[in-house]
Amino acid sequence: MAWKLEDDRPIWLQLSEQLARRIVTGVYPPGGRLPSVRELAAEAGVNPNTMQRALAQLEQDGLARADRTAGRLVTRDTQVLEAVRRTQAGGIIRQYLDAMAELGYSPEEAAALLKKEELT
Amino acid sequence: MSDCIIACRGLYKTYGLKPALSGVDLSVGPGRIVGLLGPNGSGKTTLIKLLCGLIQPTTGTLAVDGSDIGPYTKSVVSYLPDRMYFAGWMRATDLFDLFRDFYADFDYEKALAMCRSLGVEPRDRLKSMSKGTKEKVQLVLVMARAAKLYLLDEPIAGVDPAARDFILRTILTNYNEEGTVLLSTHLIADIEKVLDEAIFLKQGKIMLHETVDNIRAREGKSVDALFREIFRAEPMWEGEDF
Repeated sequence: MAWKLEDDRPIWLQLSEQLARRIVTGVYPPGGRLPSVRELAAEAGVNPNTMQRALAQLEQDGLARADRTAGRLVTRDTQVLEAVRRTQAGGIIRQYLDAMAELGYSPEEAAALLKKEELT
Repeated sequence: MSDCIIACRGLYKTYGLKPALSGVDLSVGPGRIVGLLGPNGSGKTTLIKLLCGLIQPTTGTLAVDGSDIGPYTKSVVSYLPDRMYFAGWMRATDLFDLFRDFYADFDYEKALAMCRSLGVEPRDRLKSMSKGTKEKVQLVLVMARAAKLYLLDEPIAGVDPAARDFILRTILTNYNEEGTVLLSTHLIADIEKVLDEAIFLKQGKIMLHETVDNIRAREGKSVDALFREIFRAEPMWEGEDF
């Protein structure tokens, strides 16, 4: 998964969202070690301080924790992981509903259409 | 040694009657990557040359790592000039020898390793190299030092976009972590992601000095977009470019 950075929002915020996405999708599995700040910064082509801030946010959200010997470890707490997955799903749903609203569909109609699409 | 790697107060520099810097106050801490951004003729190169000690301020004070500009600051500053100053008959390895003699912090092995990763053959003579390759050699010379302050004047101007990304990565992965990088450019979109802070220079004055993420959070747009907005508002006859 490549890093995608948009122009209109702080970079660290986007990095931390994408790291969270990688964690809930299992790119970085529960209990596994995250790459170092330097590695991640080089991979994304961003400033290490910015990546550091993004990782600090993950720690604050409980998705990762600093380990004295192993760097940063992904949490094993399935409740936290599930909650973040749910939040991310909520974001995608809102995007869908907003886009459908722009096309003139009510949330109910949008949901109905989605269900129909699912069945075909 | 000091909390501020760069400290300037009330800095003025005029060339004859023509002002290049008019009252610059600036502090930059260690471990930062800072973009010095401004249109042509805004004073970027002048500020960098002052920090290297190549020119003297008309009035005002400046210090690097807490010291006045002098032999000490020159030993901790690694400077990439905006143009090449080496003889064509030299090989990159000749330059590495020279730099090893001059600077205690020059890492010969690192220079060779960087050449390999940049695809530069260090035994080639400079005159046989393309412009972009020469720029890469210069960058290797500068980044192979463990300096406290890297002053890079237009490091990406002469190379193609693919090499540009590569050079930015080279800067990111090679600068000494306690060191500060000050790099001047007008190609903001390309470097925005690697910067901690941005300094907007306009007609010799600092208009804005803030972290990139603060600018993005407050303005809701990229530093590049903000730059275009600020400098587009300029009437044609006021800029020095015209």
